[in-house]
Amino acid sequence: MATVEFRGVTKNFGQVKATDGVDLAIKDGELLVLLGPSGSGKSTLMRLCAGLEQPTSGTIAIDGVVVNDVSPRERGIAMVFQSYALYPHKTVFDNIAFPLTVEHMAKEDIRKKVEWAAGLFGIGRLLDRMPSQLSGGERQRVAIARALVRRPRVLLMDEPLSNLDAKERHYARGELKKFQRGIGVTTIYVTHDQVEAMGLGDRIAVLCEGRLRQVGTPEEIYDRPADIFVAGFIGIPPMNFIEREGRIAGFRPEVFRPLELVQGDELMRLRYRIERVENLGGYRVAYGVVDGTPILAKLPHRYPVTEGEEHDFAVSIRDIHFFHKDTGLRIEG
Amino acid sequence: MKTKRLLDRDEVLGPLCLLPVVIYMALFIGFPFVMSFVYSISNVTIGNPHYRIVGLQNFIAIVEDPVFRKSLVNTCIFTFVSISIVIVLGHILAELLRREFRGKWVVRFLVMLPWTAPIALGAIGFLWFLDSVFSPIDWLLRTWGLLGSPDSLFGAQSNLYWLGRPELAMTSVILVHVWRILPLAAVILLAGMNAIPREIIEAAQVDGAGYFRRLFHIILPLLFPVIGVTILFATFFTFTDMTVVWILTKGGPPPNSTQVLASLAFLKGIAGGDLAQAAAVALFFFPVLAGIAAIVLRLVKKAVVT
Repeated sequence: MATVEFRGVTKNFGQVKATDGVDLAIKDGELLVLLGPSGSGKSTLMRLCAGLEQPTSGTIAIDGVVVNDVSPRERGIAMVFQSYALYPHKTVFDNIAFPLTVEHMAKEDIRKKVEWAAGLFGIGRLLDRMPSQLSGGERQRVAIARALVRRPRVLLMDEPLSNLDAKERHYARGELKKFQRGIGVTTIYVTHDQVEAMGLGDRIAVLCEGRLRQVGTPEEIYDRPADIFVAGFIGIPPMNFIEREGRIAGFRPEVFRPLELVQGDELMRLRYRIERVENLGGYRVAYGVVDGTPILAKLPHRYPVTEGEEHDFAVSIRDIHFFHKDTGLRIEG
Repeated sequence: MKTKRLLDRDEVLGPLCLLPVVIYMALFIGFPFVMSFVYSISNVTIGNPHYRIVGLQNFIAIVEDPVFRKSLVNTCIFTFVSISIVIVLGHILAELLRREFRGKWVVRFLVMLPWTAPIALGAIGFLWFLDSVFSPIDWLLRTWGLLGSPDSLFGAQSNLYWLGRPELAMTSVILVHVWRILPLAAVILLAGMNAIPREIIEAAQVDGAGYFRRLFHIILPLLFPVIGVTILFATFFTFTDMTVVWILTKGGPPPNSTQVLASLAFLKGIAGGDLAQAAAVALFFFPVLAGIAAIVLRLVKKAVVT
């Protein structure tokens, strides 16, 4: 098991800065999620860690040893790719065995290890199949088994669930977390899906335009976003922003409620004009405006509203995040 | 209005679109094929077009002809050696063309040139390159001291006589042919390599496989269908080609050192006027090539399915 440390890691592709001076330390046995929109540099950061890319400047250390000049095969890492990247001409057994055959391990040992990994993921009966005969979920398990079979120091996962359908993804998320806990391997997990990040991560690192915006537990990220970007990126539906007294006030749609339902002494009252209501089954989302600013609200169950009319809504002051108008940074207080 | 509605119907539009190809194939492939079959069992010559069926006599005659057997062996050597070289060099060339570098499009253009230029033109260029007296290659070798003095590597004579000595003539013909079909092979292989997902190669890299393991365990097996098709095309082009041989050596130097089946058929039928025997020689290709095509396509299909 191992720690991973990025120190001032910058990677340029021509004029484009894919990552820009990233400092990030991943603890031993931790599952860290790199979260960000596409183009934020999260995949680049992972590929730098794998050794598939070389940093333009800065260092990457695994277990305290700088690995900038170490080839991928000697870093003791394993990677699960978004497309799973199974070898289509090899059976499931040979796919999982490949990292071991590369190490010239004895045949009998390989068989034992492959069976161990396959048993871990419940794919023992699939060992003779070809990848093309597997379902998406099965392929994903094979890919993870292949990654874990030689006990890597660090496991890298690049959006491993994005090719599964919504239902499979839900189960796979739980299983992933269970396996990672059980094996205790240090894991870096890349995703653009905040639900996945919140559900899986011990800690989340939020990236935007190659820069690290915030690192923290899912609770910290949600409750105390470091800046406007993080605040707006995390949460479904996204946070509302409105200008108040020279600052940006941000509040989540779930705390923006009809006046009579809001508790607390200090309230921010707003006249909310609801233009459209979307019924999403479990809850409804209202699209409306306050003083010309578009604002979303998560409506309470069965609460009657009329589209096209103004309503009295309010937010408790405790639930409001304030951000600096120019820098976008969080203002504590 | 009425034609438009007619063209909207699939059962009309489909055959109509196929028609040019069908006509082309019937006229330029089907008709000659049938005619060669008809000729091969007859005694037709250019001088005497009177048709009389002689059965398998022509086939028996050519199989017993030592020139035919020599040509058959030559064709096999010519095909096998040039294809082997083309596949290896084509792979290396494709690998190089895949890299990013300055002026890549110029290099790509230059690589494609032998394929786009008329083959007769290229072969005539090589005829001069390999000239018995004025060959620039010999001139270079002499300048470097590899030729022309008693202790030099290639001998004391002033020229190598590229097309004048049996083994060297075959080598020359093969190399010029390789020069000609290499671009095609490289481009097909390049397309095949680009079709391999980058993530699979990176996965192998992360799994600890070095360059040669990636090449032999991952890339080549995945390229196999493409290599099969390349071999198929290259074999057809080589087996049936007579341009390079004809322009460079006309089958010589004697006795028939570089004679191949295609040039022999031309020699017998057009130059010699014996259409019937020429047709029999040409028809000899058919079962051989059909067999190769069937084997390769079957292997390729198997590789794709798994």
